[in-house]
Amino acid sequence: MRVAIVGIGIHPFGRTPGKTGMQQGVYAARQALKDAGVQWKDIQFGYGGSYSGGNADAVANELGLTGAPFTNILNACATGGSSLLAACKEIKSGEADIGLVVGFDKHARGAFNAHPSEYGLGDWYGEAGLMLTTQFFAMKLQKYMHDYQISTDTLARVAEKAYQNGALNPNAWRRTPISLEEIKNSTMVNDPLTKYMFCSPSEGGVALVVCREDIAHRYTDTPIFVSALTMRTRQYGAFEVYGTAVELEDVPNASVAASRAAFEAAGLGPQDIDLAQLQDTEAGAEVMHMAENGFCEHGEQERLLLDGATRLNGRLPINTDGGCMANGEPIGASGLRQIYETVLQLRGQAGARQVQGNPKTGYTHVYGAPGISAVSILQR
Amino acid sequence: MSILTQPSSTAPQRAIDPNLFTWPAAQPALLASRCRDCGAKAFPANPACTACGGENLESFELPRHGSLWAWTVQRFMPKTPYHSSETEQTFRPFGVGYIELPGALRIESRLQEGDPANLKIGAAMELVFYVHRIEPDGTEVINYAFKPV
Repeated sequence: MRVAIVGIGIHPFGRTPGKTGMQQGVYAARQALKDAGVQWKDIQFGYGGSYSGGNADAVANELGLTGAPFTNILNACATGGSSLLAACKEIKSGEADIGLVVGFDKHARGAFNAHPSEYGLGDWYGEAGLMLTTQFFAMKLQKYMHDYQISTDTLARVAEKAYQNGALNPNAWRRTPISLEEIKNSTMVNDPLTKYMFCSPSEGGVALVVCREDIAHRYTDTPIFVSALTMRTRQYGAFEVYGTAVELEDVPNASVAASRAAFEAAGLGPQDIDLAQLQDTEAGAEVMHMAENGFCEHGEQERLLLDGATRLNGRLPINTDGGCMANGEPIGASGLRQIYETVLQLRGQAGARQVQGNPKTGYTHVYGAPGISAVSILQR
Repeated sequence: MSILTQPSSTAPQRAIDPNLFTWPAAQPALLASRCRDCGAKAFPANPACTACGGENLESFELPRHGSLWAWTVQRFMPKTPYHSSETEQTFRPFGVGYIELPGALRIESRLQEGDPANLKIGAAMELVFYVHRIEPDGTEVINYAFKPV
């Protein structure tokens, strides 16, 4: 049995002074409940997470203290994916019929400043100036561009597309298109990545109502089904965030492992996917994740971006809502934003950014420290 | 940032982490661990094998020479937990990279070179030690780095 997503809600991403992260989560939850036409008292369980916004279960303070089980989940960039995974297992096990998944966050400005001890690393790693995720993405990209002849123009094209899509998304943070030249000439942050090629920590909230496949039509005419949902962590020797050492022989990373497992679980291949949301912490991440998730060969991205293959009207639209670059990255909500956008697209309700041709199958992928990835395949 | 290939200062010194490399030593070297059961290696040395979880480990010194495998330049001064003697005014961009050490591992390191024009994948690199910061009592805190040969 598959699990159905029957309600979706979102609080606009970006900066919302005067509203806590938790309030943004409550807002999204109310929207999702309304979308499913269900009362909070009828929700049998909740899973949710937030990195900087407080305990997710506290949304019940505003929704109502019904006594239903609610479990907080914190799993870095896979927080949303892990919450949805737990909810799916709860429903598939037969323990419950319908539940809520919520994620929200509100981060301070600037890069995250994680502490080494949280990752089992010595203090020296942070003191020396190595505890920055941006460095990892830049180094991985630098090597990737060297190995597969990817140009800076390709990175700029990815960022340009993100802001164009963001401009069509009323819930996006950055809604002004930025030219290729401006992207390329903005301040260099970590070579080869400039300011406008990076996403920034931000704020936002997303919620989903999920239920048993066989009762989905009670709540909606357009249920979207979770055909696969997988989560993987780093293996020994792989090149991952905060990795002090990498094996001499290349080892598949967490994204590759999660993607393969998801396609296998769904009985589908990359050719079956109509649109994809891929982790775009920075422009190069989207480029590399295209190949790591099986959507092209390494190096093919140069031509695909030039041809516009990943634009809204392309062969495989990617990050149709502007991705992390246009929405920022509120950790607890970011993965669920990808699910929200994919559901909207598969329902045909994405408005100005709707992918044409009645897309049937969507794909989402997150990746983050210290080498964790979650992938979903959603279908009408 | 001064390069110290060997202890030369009269000031007291300590390693940024006592388990990271031999210090003081005539030929300081980075310390790694190898699993006696499965052969997997770790840097820094780990109390258990990061591949099989076994606890039957031996310590070994990493080679001092290798090649640049991946790199970037840190253009802005990191927030805490970064801890150097720099200020926003004196901060200078520094390189970060992975050095491929033959027969051992590819390890992450600061680079004694912050100019992208001088960083090339595949270039020969060698291990150096430098004063990362000076503590209020004058103690020099020593860290490792690699620099183009």
